[in-house]
Amino acid sequence: MRLISRRRALVLTAGSAAAAALGWSGKSRATPKDAAEAIAKFTGGKTAENGKISIELPEIAENGNTVPLKVSVDAPMNADDYVSDILVIADGNPLPRVVTFRFTPMSGKAVASTRIRLATTENIIAVAKTSGGQIFTAQKLVKVTIGGCGG
Amino acid sequence: MITRREFVGVAAATATLAVGGGSLTRALTKQRLTEAELFKFDPLGNVTILHVADLHAQLQPVYFREPSINLGIGSSKGLAPHLTGRAFLKHFGIKERSPAAYALTSLEFAALAREYGRMGGLDRLATALKHVRAERGEDKVLFLDGGDSLQGSLGANQSKGQDVLDCMRLLKPDAMTGHWEFTYGETRVKEIAKSVPFLALNVRDTEWNEPVFEPMRLFEKGGVKVAVLGQAFPYTPIANPAWMMPNWSFGIREDDVRANVEKARKNGAQLIVLLSHNGFDVDRKLASRVAGIDVILTGHTHDALPEVVKVGTTLLVASGCDGKFLSRLDLDVQGGQVKDFRYKLIPLFADAITPDKEMTLAIEKARAPYAKELRRIVGHTETLLYRRGNFNGTFDDLICAAIMQARDAEIALSPGFRWGTSLLPGQTITVEDIHNVTAISYPQVYRTTMTGERLKEILEDVADNLFNPDPYYQQGGDMVRCGGLGYAIDVGKPAGQRISAMTHRKSGKPIEAGKNYVITGWASVNHGTEGPQIWELVERYVAAEKTVRMKPNRLVTISGA
Repeated sequence: MRLISRRRALVLTAGSAAAAALGWSGKSRATPKDAAEAIAKFTGGKTAENGKISIELPEIAENGNTVPLKVSVDAPMNADDYVSDILVIADGNPLPRVVTFRFTPMSGKAVASTRIRLATTENIIAVAKTSGGQIFTAQKLVKVTIGGCGG
Repeated sequence: MITRREFVGVAAATATLAVGGGSLTRALTKQRLTEAELFKFDPLGNVTILHVADLHAQLQPVYFREPSINLGIGSSKGLAPHLTGRAFLKHFGIKERSPAAYALTSLEFAALAREYGRMGGLDRLATALKHVRAERGEDKVLFLDGGDSLQGSLGANQSKGQDVLDCMRLLKPDAMTGHWEFTYGETRVKEIAKSVPFLALNVRDTEWNEPVFEPMRLFEKGGVKVAVLGQAFPYTPIANPAWMMPNWSFGIREDDVRANVEKARKNGAQLIVLLSHNGFDVDRKLASRVAGIDVILTGHTHDALPEVVKVGTTLLVASGCDGKFLSRLDLDVQGGQVKDFRYKLIPLFADAITPDKEMTLAIEKARAPYAKELRRIVGHTETLLYRRGNFNGTFDDLICAAIMQARDAEIALSPGFRWGTSLLPGQTITVEDIHNVTAISYPQVYRTTMTGERLKEILEDVADNLFNPDPYYQQGGDMVRCGGLGYAIDVGKPAGQRISAMTHRKSGKPIEAGKNYVITGWASVNHGTEGPQIWELVERYVAAEKTVRMKPNRLVTISGA
C-alpha cells in the first residue's frame, strides 16, 4: 500500500501557498447541503462563475487514501488582480472542507498541489476568490472503487 | 476511401463458399482464401503504419470467438465497436458465413471455425510484415505493438513474457506500450523496456511525480517526421494488483497527452500517432478533446473493426486481439497534414498464409521448455468453450464450476478478462488451453465469506467500471462472472442502482443483505491472497469430468441496453 500520512501530504504541498488542511473526524458522510453551506460561507453567498480555474485529479483513484490534487487559476497575480484563496471541497467526505490555499501577489502563480483523502466516489469542488471579489468554480468526479476484474 | 470495399473484397471473393449450406471442405477454403488476396492493398501516400495489439502471448494460431454481447452506453450506444452479430455484418456490409463474418462475429462460430480454420500465429504475422515491408520499403513502414503482448499463456507466465519477447524482437517493433506486462513487476518492466522501445507517457513515479518511461519517439518515414506517443493502460494499478507496481501511478492524464502532442509538433513532427492501451471508448472521447492527434491505434478492449473510425480529423484503428489481425494504414502526409488514407484490417487466416520459417523455429524454441506439458491432454469438450462477451462465457462457467467444487463454495466470482482462446465442440482440452484462460501472476483461488450486501457492492462496482456513461470512468474489462448466483442488471441506471433480483442458485432464494455466503474467486488484487493456483483447480475438474458439457447460462437478465 502507498499510504502517506497527513503530515507527509502537507509536506508535499507545493508552491508558496499556505495550506490549511482540516482534520478527519469519525463523523459519517457529508450531505450536499453541508458542502453547499461551506461554499456559501467562503463566497459570502456570491454566485460563482465557471472557467479560469482548473482541477487536476484522476478520474478513478488508485488509492482513495492519498489522491493527488492540483488546482490552478489563470490570473495575472499582480497587486491589482490576484487570486487570494482557493477552497477545496469533497462533497462526500465526513468533513467536506478539505483545504484552503491562500495566495498573495508575491505567490506569482495561483497553483497548489497536495494529496487528499477521499471516503467514497464523490465530487471535488474547487472555488477561487480574487482580489476583485470575483468567484470562480470547477468540479470533478473522482471514483473510488473496490478494484480488480479488469482486462 | 476504399476501406470497406477493400476488406469486404476478401469476403466477396470467397462469399460463394458459403452458398449451399456450408458443406465445404477446409481444402477448398484454403484454395480460395489466398495469401495474395489477403495481403492485396493498393499502396497510398508516403507512410505505412502496421499495428497489432493484445496478442496475449498467442504465438500459434488460435480460435477466438468474438462477443455476442458488447453493449455501448451513453454516447457510445449503438456505435461501433458496440455492434455484434448481424448488426455488425449489416453495418459493415459483410456477407453472412463469409470469412470476414467468421473473423469478426460470433455467428455460427463453431461451424465456420471448421470451414475457415484458426487465425493468427506470429509466423503468419511475420510473413505479412515482410510482405508489406518489401512492398513499401522499410523506410516507409512503422510497426507498432499496442501492448498486452507478453501475457496470457503458460510459457509467458513462467518466463515473465520472455518467450514472446524473443519472438517479437524478430519482428522489430518500432515501439510498444503495456498493461498486463506490469503484472510481472516493476523490475521486469524496466528490463523489457531495455530490449524493446517501451513508450508510456502516462506513468509517473509516486514519490516525485516524474515520468518513468520515454513518452514518445520521433521517426523519419517516407520523408515524414512521425511522432509516436505511448499510452499505457490508465487503470493498471486498479484493475490489477497495485502492490505489483507500488512506485508507479497511471491515469488517463489528458493534459500530459496534450502537452506531448504540442511538444512533438514543436519538434517538427508532421504526423502524430498515439499508440494507446486506453480502450476504444476512452480513445474516442480523448480524440474529441485533445486536438492534433492524427491517428490513434487503439487497444485493450479487443475490438476488431474493418474500417477506421473518424473523430473530427483523428483516425481510430481497432486491430482485434490474440494475433487474429494485422492493421495496415497507409497515409499521405503533406505539409503536416493527412491528405488521404487507406486502411485494411488484414485477417490472418492461418491456413492461407505461409508461415515464416525463421519465426516458426523461434516459436518452437520458445515453447520447447514447456512443450510436453502444453500438449498434455486433460479432457474433452462436447460444447463450444469461449470467454469474450459482457456477461459470461462457457469457459468462465467451467472455471466457476471448478472452483466452487474444489473450494466447497456456494458462489464463485471469476474476473471478466477479455483474453482467453476458444475451443470447438469435440476438441481436446490440453494444459495449454487451460492456461490460455488462466495464466496470470496472481493466480490464487481464495475462499471467504461475504454478506449479500458486500456481494451486491462488488457487482455494482464492476458494473460501473463497464457501464459508466462516461468512458473515462470505465476500466475496459467485462462484467465479473458469477457461479451459483443469478441477477438482473439494468445497464442504463446510475452507479449503485443497476443490480437487482440477486438469487442464490442452490436454494433458489433471494440473496439477503445481512446473510453470510461462502464465496470463492481468483485474481484478487489484494496482497497476501492465499489459495491454490487457478489452473490446478480447473485441470483437476476437467480431468475428473473427462468430457465437459457446458449448458447455456441464463443466470443474468439484462435490460436498459
